[in-house]
Amino acid sequence: MIIAFLAQTIRIAIPYLFAAAGGTVAERSGIISLTLEGFMLTGAFTAALGSWYSGSPWVGVLCAVAGGVVFGMIHAVATIRFRANQVVCGVAINLLAIGVTRFFLELAFDSASNSPRVPGFSAGVGADGGAAARSGSALPGLFHNPLIPIGLLAIPLVAWVLYRTPFGLRVRAVGEHPEAAATLGVPVHRVRYMAVAVSGALAATGGAYLALDQHQFTDGMSAGRGFIALAAMILGGWDPMRAGVACLFFAAAEALQIDLQGTQALASQFVQMIPYVLTIVALMGLVGKAVAPAALGKEEA
Amino acid sequence: MTAVTLRARAEEAFLPPIVALLIALVAGDLLILSVGQSPASVLAMMLQGTWGNAYGLGQVLYKTTTLICTGLCVSVGLRAGLFNIGGEGQLAAGGFAAALTGLALPAATPSVIAVALCVLAAVASGGFAGWVPGVLRARFGAHEVITTIMLNFIILAALNWAISTGLRVPETLHTHDVHAGAVAPLASVIPAFHGSAANLSLVIVLAAAALTGWYLFRTRGGYDLRAVGLQPEAAEYGGVRVGRVWTRALTLSGALAGLGGINFVLGYKHYYEDGFATGYGFLGIAVALVGRNNPWGVVLASLFFATLSQGGLAINAVVPRQMVDVLQGVVIIAVAASVPEVRRVMRFGRRGVRAR
Repeated sequence: MIIAFLAQTIRIAIPYLFAAAGGTVAERSGIISLTLEGFMLTGAFTAALGSWYSGSPWVGVLCAVAGGVVFGMIHAVATIRFRANQVVCGVAINLLAIGVTRFFLELAFDSASNSPRVPGFSAGVGADGGAAARSGSALPGLFHNPLIPIGLLAIPLVAWVLYRTPFGLRVRAVGEHPEAAATLGVPVHRVRYMAVAVSGALAATGGAYLALDQHQFTDGMSAGRGFIALAAMILGGWDPMRAGVACLFFAAAEALQIDLQGTQALASQFVQMIPYVLTIVALMGLVGKAVAPAALGKEEA
Repeated sequence: MTAVTLRARAEEAFLPPIVALLIALVAGDLLILSVGQSPASVLAMMLQGTWGNAYGLGQVLYKTTTLICTGLCVSVGLRAGLFNIGGEGQLAAGGFAAALTGLALPAATPSVIAVALCVLAAVASGGFAGWVPGVLRARFGAHEVITTIMLNFIILAALNWAISTGLRVPETLHTHDVHAGAVAPLASVIPAFHGSAANLSLVIVLAAAALTGWYLFRTRGGYDLRAVGLQPEAAEYGGVRVGRVWTRALTLSGALAGLGGINFVLGYKHYYEDGFATGYGFLGIAVALVGRNNPWGVVLASLFFATLSQGGLAINAVVPRQMVDVLQGVVIIAVAASVPEVRRVMRFGRRGVRAR
């Protein structure tokens, strides 16, 4: 029971972990990550597309990374090179992702709602109705899907890069005080481009996990998960490890809600609210104030 | 006013919509070509299906009505220097309150009173949904971009719970029809619009746009609001209580979004339905951007985006209607990215003239 619960928690947490890891990198460089939702949706779609045409889920993952980087670059060029407002552009990236995935879903698969079944990693919900996920045998099943261990590693990896490598130091420098960083010869724009590309690649991999786990892409598949990752990042005070803990906590709440579904003990809608309410509480400073990178969202270094 | 400032103001007003229109045309043509169709015939089809017949125009006007509200919502926030991304939740809250009021009133309530009460309920609940992030910002310093997004999800989940636990007609996700408070269709005044969703909410919403313009540009409160938006420190120094203005601005902003709820609930379906607000909040940002945060600019920009949205349905037979979803995103990014750039280039040009 406990093991099944943990397994379920980890399954739910993986897309959050990928996206929160990516969002942390971009925001620490000073670029607002309202885009995570769009990156995930794009990644889910391009993963399904790549997996469908190649027959290999790994090609799907590569396509997701490519799709995420392309969308990240659109955002980066608009906001860094052309100084578009980051909030406006972030919202537009999400709308664009919805539009592009729908348009090409229609063109590639002649459907307004979903792709056909594509090769993926796990047995998937189609095969056994998700019974394996709920039964005790779920824990070994976790490792059928290689994106699960990769997702679990993404957070410590980002933490290591941010705090232990020269690139991470530069990211944090341009996010806190771009003028000072520029004076020291740090190429502010280039660092930010790379940070946004990394966030696109990571969040899109989270999206790929969704599509490849369910063996298909469905319209609007990211379903707000990018915003939950954003919430986790803020709740974690822009620190990757703490953001990862927040992701796991949100996922555990969802897993608990799924277990309680039959009992009517708690309406699912109130469990859904948990991440958002906690984020607001964190921003209010009631439990240790969440402080954003100093140059976050500021125009022009 | 000197010629230069006049020219600068004209640029400020007309540059974004012109850029938006051009980009939409070019990107639209490319997408149409990519599916092997002729742009000219598809665009003609789009115009025919929107402005070319009374039904199409009625649908455009219906969508315009809601967009004006969420566009005004974002604009009022931006005038005060605040980003209200919570339009969708505030719109849904307004529609829900209007439906509850319409359900609670006896069917015999005189129409004028019933509509007024429902509108008031919509405005009040949208306003409350805006007041919350206002207070969070003013009292606690919680950034409104994040809190309004989070409140969207909270409000929508709460409404979904309310609908699914008993307020709905069984097997649906909507309430029963309101007993009182229905707004007459536009066809009751102009019979040609018969069959379209357009209704007299449009008149109420246009009045709200006029009132918003009057408040922003002709009253002391509006002056304070704009002063805070331009330079909060200076406004504070000038004796304006910035926190209070923020709260007031977001309350007003939310109230305007909430008003939009009457279009669907009172004017069209006569019930609240889960998900009716989807997409309108974010499109409000596009409307405000292209409309330059000016109430009449917002009205025109709403017409533009509503035409685009309805036009997608008109061309669906030859080009996937999802094309307009792509165009919306492209237009927003292009306007946001090109306006600062074009302005910068023009400024260099002008400086060059002066140097000579």
